[in-house]
Amino acid sequence: MTFRLDQLPKKRYVIPGNAACAGCGMMIGLKILGMALGDESVLVIPASCASVVQGLAPKTGLAFPILNVPFASSAAVATGIAEAYKALGVRGHVVVWAGDGGTADIGFATLSGAAERNSNVIYVMYDNEAYMNTGIQRSSSTPRSAWTTTTPSGKRERRKDVALLMAMHGVPYVATASIAYPHDFYRKLKRAAEVEGFRFIHLQTPCPPGWRFDPAKTVEVARLAVETGAWILWEYDKGVLKVNPPSDRFADKSKRRPLVEYVKLQGRFAHLSESDIKALEEEIEERWRLILALSSALNQR
Amino acid sequence: MTALLKTALTGNHAVAYAVKMAKPHVIAAYPITPQTTIVEKLAEFVERGELKARFINVESEYGAMSVVYGAAMAGARVFTATSSHGLLYMYEMTWWAALSRAPIVMAVATRTIGPIWNIHVEHNDILTLRDSGWLIAMAETAQEAFDLTIQAFKIAESAVLPVSVGIDGFVLSHSTEPVEVPPQEVVDSFLPPRRADVPLLLRPGEPITFGNLPSDNRIHARYKIEAVYRAQQEAKDVVVQADREYGKLTGRSYGGLVEWYRAEDAEDVVVCAGAWCSDAKRAVDALRSRDIPVGLLRLRFIRPFPTEEVKRLSQYRRAVVFDRDITPLGGVLGVELKAAVPDAEVVNIVAGIAGVDFDAEAFYRVISNAVEGRYRGVEFVV
Ligand SMILES: Cc1ncc(C[n+]2csc(CCOP(=O)(O)OP(=O)(O)O)c2C)c(N)n1
Ligand code: SF4
Repeated sequence: MTFRLDQLPKKRYVIPGNAACAGCGMMIGLKILGMALGDESVLVIPASCASVVQGLAPKTGLAFPILNVPFASSAAVATGIAEAYKALGVRGHVVVWAGDGGTADIGFATLSGAAERNSNVIYVMYDNEAYMNTGIQRSSSTPRSAWTTTTPSGKRERRKDVALLMAMHGVPYVATASIAYPHDFYRKLKRAAEVEGFRFIHLQTPCPPGWRFDPAKTVEVARLAVETGAWILWEYDKGVLKVNPPSDRFADKSKRRPLVEYVKLQGRFAHLSESDIKALEEEIEERWRLILALSSALNQR
Repeated sequence: MTALLKTALTGNHAVAYAVKMAKPHVIAAYPITPQTTIVEKLAEFVERGELKARFINVESEYGAMSVVYGAAMAGARVFTATSSHGLLYMYEMTWWAALSRAPIVMAVATRTIGPIWNIHVEHNDILTLRDSGWLIAMAETAQEAFDLTIQAFKIAESAVLPVSVGIDGFVLSHSTEPVEVPPQEVVDSFLPPRRADVPLLLRPGEPITFGNLPSDNRIHARYKIEAVYRAQQEAKDVVVQADREYGKLTGRSYGGLVEWYRAEDAEDVVVCAGAWCSDAKRAVDALRSRDIPVGLLRLRFIRPFPTEEVKRLSQYRRAVVFDRDITPLGGVLGVELKAAVPDAEVVNIVAGIAGVDFDAEAFYRVISNAVEGRYRGVEFVV
């Protein structure tokens, strides 16, 4: 699919003057969602930054139909809406827009349930890598070593790889994405929209206050995550797993930028020693090996 | 016109047949004794093509309530069922559903909450819904379980509130009784199609945000008062109206929110809810045959609370309230009645909890003691 961002629909689904922080990566993601699915979608949003940034009722800063729901329930609520639409003959996409906490932790049972039943839902996990709405507490998707308010000396455990877990559920479509690569995210949303059943997109969305960086640098931080190999863009489409550009280039470790370039921009990693960074690098390399092994094992139809 | 069917059904199957005739769009539930046979039967109806509903198997009761919530908010007619721990596991969603005015119908085959594990009847589970905004109905017989379930869809969709239908675990859920099933046409004429735009129209291309933060707490406060207090008050007329209309069509109506039994010339009135009301009525009959003037007030609905109706209790010498539930203050109904009718003399009997058998004879014995003035305040009968 080739297209130009400047030729995408101009209708604005994210209205200026909403309540998000300056430089919020999640809001960039929502803008792209609006361009890709706009009027075709109904959003289900659990407790998270995404429920707050809509602004204050009765007004709203997001021009989607939105049902805000309790923290753990979104995948199941989305199932219900999708099933109602099937029964009533309503066309459209039911999209969950949920944070990493709502997805990887408290909502994981409903998520796994919806995936197992192959509900007709597009689930976007926007990953700011912590519970931001309640003040930067660790989630199971927070990377190892990152500072959060509940891991004051850095998180000790590895991050839970939710996208891989969802692919292992055998759902028709799973992808990772980054707000620094809007074409890629847009294309993945469009592809997801063509497929029936449960679709999962794991979108990395840097968060300036939570990751402790200058709000002007959101896209730069996101891009560095990909260029250092810390965030891998891949796609699992009907049983085939591929690493997507530009990540495919970074399968070769020597092509990646040094991890320290990504880490040094963020206050949450300020306490890291050289050996901590090395350990993180090793963990990243391990993830690469797994993804590449899976992609070579799952590369034919 | 399909003929009226006289058959024998368990309470659970009576509910399942009623749900089938109400033609829901979406059903979701998670197994728990003694509810399970309701949804097993519904799954069978759906598989056999007798019911065109989406039957969703979920990973938990939390998922079940979330699925039917989503479907109800999208305009579908929905049903779920649960018991005991299942209901508690749904709890967060039950509040969200009620305050969203989601017209969900849920059967609760009432059961004890642990520990210790105990699958037998008690009313504590369904009564945890009492402050959430849900309507709470309690059936006395399998026939009423059927009728009440049909009425519940009408009430939920007219009052725009979720409705729970309590059927006593095992006592009703698994006992077989004769049940009259009306022709489908009668149910169809009683139950109009679900309006998809109530409480809101959730459709692609129709931007509307539900549930985000309010700009002013007064907006939220007003909205909550309307969702909880006013909606419950308005639901009273809806309940009475639905029961009356149902009675015209089927010949069976139950008195709306409450049923009075031999209370006209009574001195003391027994108050209870659920299946054991039948046993209590037998005991009242036996006492009456010995010229002891007792009557009975059956609460068909615990929410909306029949405040006006129970006020009549102050005309009697004493109200003997039976609770099949226990709280640190005594029984729930005892506490509520004392609050609603402060000038009535209320004796609160907590009995039959944890499924302990409490039959007509036990009622006879305890009511006899009560009318002789042997109890004060809360009395536990195990
Ligand atoms: C049952 C329940 N527990 C806790 C909360 C408090 N809470 C609201 S949002 C949130 C964190 C959300 O984190 P995440 O899903 O990662 O989204 P983010 O805020 O980072 O965008 C928490 C803990 C809640 N709303 N409900
Ligand atoms: S805390 Fe982070 S994710 Fe939340 S609104 Fe602010 S920038 Fe966005």
